[in-house]
Amino acid sequence: MTITTTRRTFLIGATAASSSLFIGLNASKSWAATTTETELNPFVKIDADGTVTAIIKHFEMGQGTTTGLTTLIAEELDADWENIQVQFAPANAKIYANLAFGAQGTGGSTAIANSFIQYRKAGATARDVLVKAAAQKWGVETASITVENSILKSGEKSAHFGEVLEIARTITPPAEPKLKSKINFKLIGKETLRRKDSEAKTNGTAVFAMDVKVPGMVYCCVARPQNFGALVKSFDKSDASKIGGFIDARTLPNNAGVAVYAKNTWAAKQARDALRVEWDLSKAETRSTKQLEEAHADLVKKPEFKATKNTDFERTDKMLQNAAKVIEGDFFVPFLAHEPMEPLNCVIEPTPTGVRVHDGCQFPSITKPTVAAVLGLKPEQVEINTVYAGGSFGRRATTTSDYHLEASLAFVAFGGTTPVKLVWMREDQLAGGYYRPMAKHKIRAGLDGDGKLQCWDHRVATKSIIKGSPFEGALVHDGVDHTSVEGIADTHYAIHDFSVGLSDLQSPVPVLWWRSVGHTHTAFAMETMMDMVAREAGKDPIAFRKELLSNGTKDQKRLLGVLEMAASKAGWEKELPKNHGRGIAVHKSFNSYVAEVAEISVAEDGSIKVERITCAVDCGIAVNPDVIKAQMESGIGYGLGAMMRNQITLSDGVVDQVNFPDYEPIRMSDFPDIDVHIIQSDENPTGVGEPGLPPVAPAVVNAIFDATGKRYTSLPLTEQGIEFT
Amino acid sequence: MKYQLSVNDEKKEVEAEPGTPLLWVLRDELNLTGTKFGCGVAACGACTVHVNGEPVRSCQTPIEAVEENKVTTIEGLEDRVSDAVVAAWRELDVVQCGYCQSGQIMSAVGLLTENKKPTDEDIDNYMSGNVCRCATYQRIRAAIHLASDKLEG
Ligand code: FES
Ligand code: FES
Repeated sequence: MTITTTRRTFLIGATAASSSLFIGLNASKSWAATTTETELNPFVKIDADGTVTAIIKHFEMGQGTTTGLTTLIAEELDADWENIQVQFAPANAKIYANLAFGAQGTGGSTAIANSFIQYRKAGATARDVLVKAAAQKWGVETASITVENSILKSGEKSAHFGEVLEIARTITPPAEPKLKSKINFKLIGKETLRRKDSEAKTNGTAVFAMDVKVPGMVYCCVARPQNFGALVKSFDKSDASKIGGFIDARTLPNNAGVAVYAKNTWAAKQARDALRVEWDLSKAETRSTKQLEEAHADLVKKPEFKATKNTDFERTDKMLQNAAKVIEGDFFVPFLAHEPMEPLNCVIEPTPTGVRVHDGCQFPSITKPTVAAVLGLKPEQVEINTVYAGGSFGRRATTTSDYHLEASLAFVAFGGTTPVKLVWMREDQLAGGYYRPMAKHKIRAGLDGDGKLQCWDHRVATKSIIKGSPFEGALVHDGVDHTSVEGIADTHYAIHDFSVGLSDLQSPVPVLWWRSVGHTHTAFAMETMMDMVAREAGKDPIAFRKELLSNGTKDQKRLLGVLEMAASKAGWEKELPKNHGRGIAVHKSFNSYVAEVAEISVAEDGSIKVERITCAVDCGIAVNPDVIKAQMESGIGYGLGAMMRNQITLSDGVVDQVNFPDYEPIRMSDFPDIDVHIIQSDENPTGVGEPGLPPVAPAVVNAIFDATGKRYTSLPLTEQGIEFT
Repeated sequence: MKYQLSVNDEKKEVEAEPGTPLLWVLRDELNLTGTKFGCGVAACGACTVHVNGEPVRSCQTPIEAVEENKVTTIEGLEDRVSDAVVAAWRELDVVQCGYCQSGQIMSAVGLLTENKKPTDEDIDNYMSGNVCRCATYQRIRAAIHLASDKLEG
């Protein structure tokens, strides 16, 4: 099937009753079914020929939402999976808000979790009115009607959904639609359900923003400064104007860059590269990463904020002084770029009532007001056409809506009446900031005479992602940006005396959540340190963790569940071949629990191969088990590549990495075997897009220690002299 | 300049600046957007098309170089090997964001056309020029084996 990517014709303009039935929430937030679509914002649409369309409020960046949310509707409606259609919802936070944020957006691995009840209710409401309509039409009891594969049946009678629409539109849906009990699920949990976006993505028809072309559109590349925070002083377009297809170059109204307009993408790139710009560096970052690293090292010694209520560094220090053994760990992670496969881009075109933005839009609720503010419009005058996103990993969800802001400025600078397509090159993206922040951790842990963990002093220095963003109110408390210490401050390990400190680095380098946010570095530090402490205590790393997870809390039980499953599936007790090593890590993030066992081998020349990762995940009810497996494989692979060899470095404030050859992505030949196991659960579903990532780096370094006795606590590993085969 | 091209078995005349990479001719002039831009420097394979049946990186192929040749893009794939590859891709739900997948499929078709029964190592060697940031590599490998089985059967 093909997901509609042209304009959502049925969602706009039509005020007259149509021949389709729409099921959704009305102005008073009650479920309603009507043929006049403007009365409500629909979640389900049923056409006269019986076709069912699911309307998806989250964007699709590969994580499988179009499949997941459609499953929820199809399940309750008993719709035919093969023929159910999928369409992206318009930007309307009143109706299509992420219930986890209260705004429309995708992130934090929340898509299924926040929609699990809502989308099922939409399907159940549709089923309810259709069944009642059929009962009326046939003069039978509703109880006698069954629904299967989008067909209503009672005795000899049968009809498709479209045949009862006339009556269905007259029926008022129940206030609380009745949901199926889990035991009756047919689609939820079905291993063999295929993705809805597979066909379009294997025949070249899937439309990404990069593929959008509107009449009269000009192409635009922006010349940006090499140093973050620099501003345009002046530019010279004499060489650029010699490029065939060049139209013009204009300074962006905020002086952050110069927009170069051309007749096609290639001309825009070439002319942009030929533009000569003079920059004002007075407010710019001019430090090198070495200096930034030193700044982190200073900051990590003296925490600015206490990150937990019980933190008392003096008390913990006393405990450490009395400990039988103290283990120290210093951890470092570099800046990382996200590098989704589709370089950032979007199209802005004027409409009679405002503008339309074509984008694989992750945060419509931020993009709309941002674009509106630049153009002097009201947010409702900004329409968003959501198309497929060629990956994100967090990059599309900037709190400043950075590339939409830039596109709006370029649109205004060109006069505000011509459609503009802003295209970033790979080079722009690598050098463009919004990195996973660099971080340093300093940990001291104390063991008693029996090898029991008694105390843990953990200090983090990193740049805050959230401060200065619209999320500050919700996510920063007492000076602590929770995303800097998540996975540490809320650990479920029962550690008797536990203190966590945080210091913020100040720098103009923009930082951003990168797949799994703070957990990218906190899990690395926690789980590597846990291994170091277990070894010093002379204990098996799994047995040691189990001791610390034995208070019987629900979180601990679920962590134990994945720990045990990963260990048994990986054959933890089994003898390994010579020169092989095994390591484990377990971590909770986005309300899901994941344990991973890494197996590595060491070749004669010392080079290392990651052979296999065995993963166990507990994410509540597994709505689409195969999508969950795919997300685990993806998170593991994404994390592995970064751990092996990715870093963004600066020399005098200028990014050293230019294109993929300097920021080598993980490739086929690097890829281990990944084996994913899902814990059976009755809990409500939780995130899967991110939680696969955090355990992989610590599991691998723990495996390297197991095989070689060498302990690595800084990333990427190639920077530490490791070679991978 | 005007150029005469043969794309997906159709004759096309396009107006382009000399030296324009085939990638941008396909995408911006011929609206064949299934072929993707990923890096522009031959490092990702997203732009892979076939020229006379052989996979090439269209971001590195100037328009002049293909004038006398047959260009095939994902939109024009149509033979036994391609059908097997696409079917295997769908059967195993390889795609995630999907942005790299046209290039992956074009390379996989190239591999299986040349080598009916590739080993894991053959796949590693042949496919390593194609990046997938969603890291769908395990499924790509499995899908190539599955397509190979389909072609045998
Ligand atoms: S775009 Fe051609 S190889 Fe990356
Ligand atoms: S599927 Fe997203 S880059 Fe390959």
